[in-house]
Amino acid sequence: MAIEVNGKSIETDEEGYLTNLNDWEKGVAEIMAKEDDLELTDEHWDIITFLREYYEEYQIAPAVRVLTKAVGKKLGKEKGNSKYLYGLFPYGPGKQACRFAGLPKPTGCI
Amino acid sequence: MSELHTVNKSPFEKSSFASCLEHVLEGSAVLLYEDGIYAATKGTAVEGKLKSAQGVKFYVLGPDLKARGLGEDRVIDGVEIVDYEAFVDLAAEHSKVVAWV
Amino acid sequence: MSEAIKKFLYLNRRAPYGTIYAWESLEVVLIGAAFDQDVSLAFLDDGVYQIVKGQDTAAIEMKNFSPTYAALGDYDVTKLYVEKESLEERGLTIDDLMDLKWEDEDEDWAEKDSIKVVSRFELARIMEGQDVVFSF
Repeated sequence: MAIEVNGKSIETDEEGYLTNLNDWEKGVAEIMAKEDDLELTDEHWDIITFLREYYEEYQIAPAVRVLTKAVGKKLGKEKGNSKYLYGLFPYGPGKQACRFAGLPKPTGCI
Repeated sequence: MSELHTVNKSPFEKSSFASCLEHVLEGSAVLLYEDGIYAATKGTAVEGKLKSAQGVKFYVLGPDLKARGLGEDRVIDGVEIVDYEAFVDLAAEHSKVVAWV
Repeated sequence: MSEAIKKFLYLNRRAPYGTIYAWESLEVVLIGAAFDQDVSLAFLDDGVYQIVKGQDTAAIEMKNFSPTYAALGDYDVTKLYVEKESLEERGLTIDDLMDLKWEDEDEDWAEKDSIKVVSRFELARIMEGQDVVFSF
């Protein structure tokens, strides 16, 4: 499978995650969000950026529980809860946000 | 021409390295790579084995040391650190390769 | 009522990269951490090599998963036992290992050491006190 971003074809796996992490650019998140009928706001980008930084540092996509806790610490307690995160990413902050961020599916997600 | 022996298993986990040393003849060479590189590091319980091998030239693969966080300063004196190209050259220079896997 | 919390110990006895065991163990630990149990890790024999600092796998073209050990604290895995004798047999000291920490949320995210060097005998006792021991 593949998605079209700015005239380029970028390869994805059967679940829509990027095959190659380094193919990511902002347009990837925008195209994927559009396909999910989602308009990306600054709040979405905060989470996407956070996930990319987390992966850069630890080489894994965090589990939702870990993401929630870490977001609370970094972006404030009012954002560190699953209600807020599911509000932004209705298909799940782990699965959907990681996909937008070009990360693999979080370890432990089935 | 002499033989090149290669060992890619940890000397702590398998007998590959010990057995290699018992079969290596004077004038031959031993190349340590992958988990075999641990046999080339200083201060281990098996350090004496390598040191007591007479007339044997030892090589260790640099990229495998680096991957495992072990600097060149940790390598036993006299062991030569080589890259992949030199590995290939060594294999070509010797009459045959004996792999201790 | 939640189920009783069980004590799980993961034994790590293999060096990284040469075999898949080290990475498999880490993945299982991260997945298992979702189940809210009392998890600890033991590094013994060649397993101590897994947490040696300064790993750089660029030249062998494999994924360097050593940074992932630093994420264990986020997964509430805060007890990493390293066997003293295994370090010594390999010419290593605690200074050769990554400085792995966890942050205590209850103490304003105070950083605490995750690694505890224990003797072979102490590790035997730690094993004795577990409900389940997984070997890698």
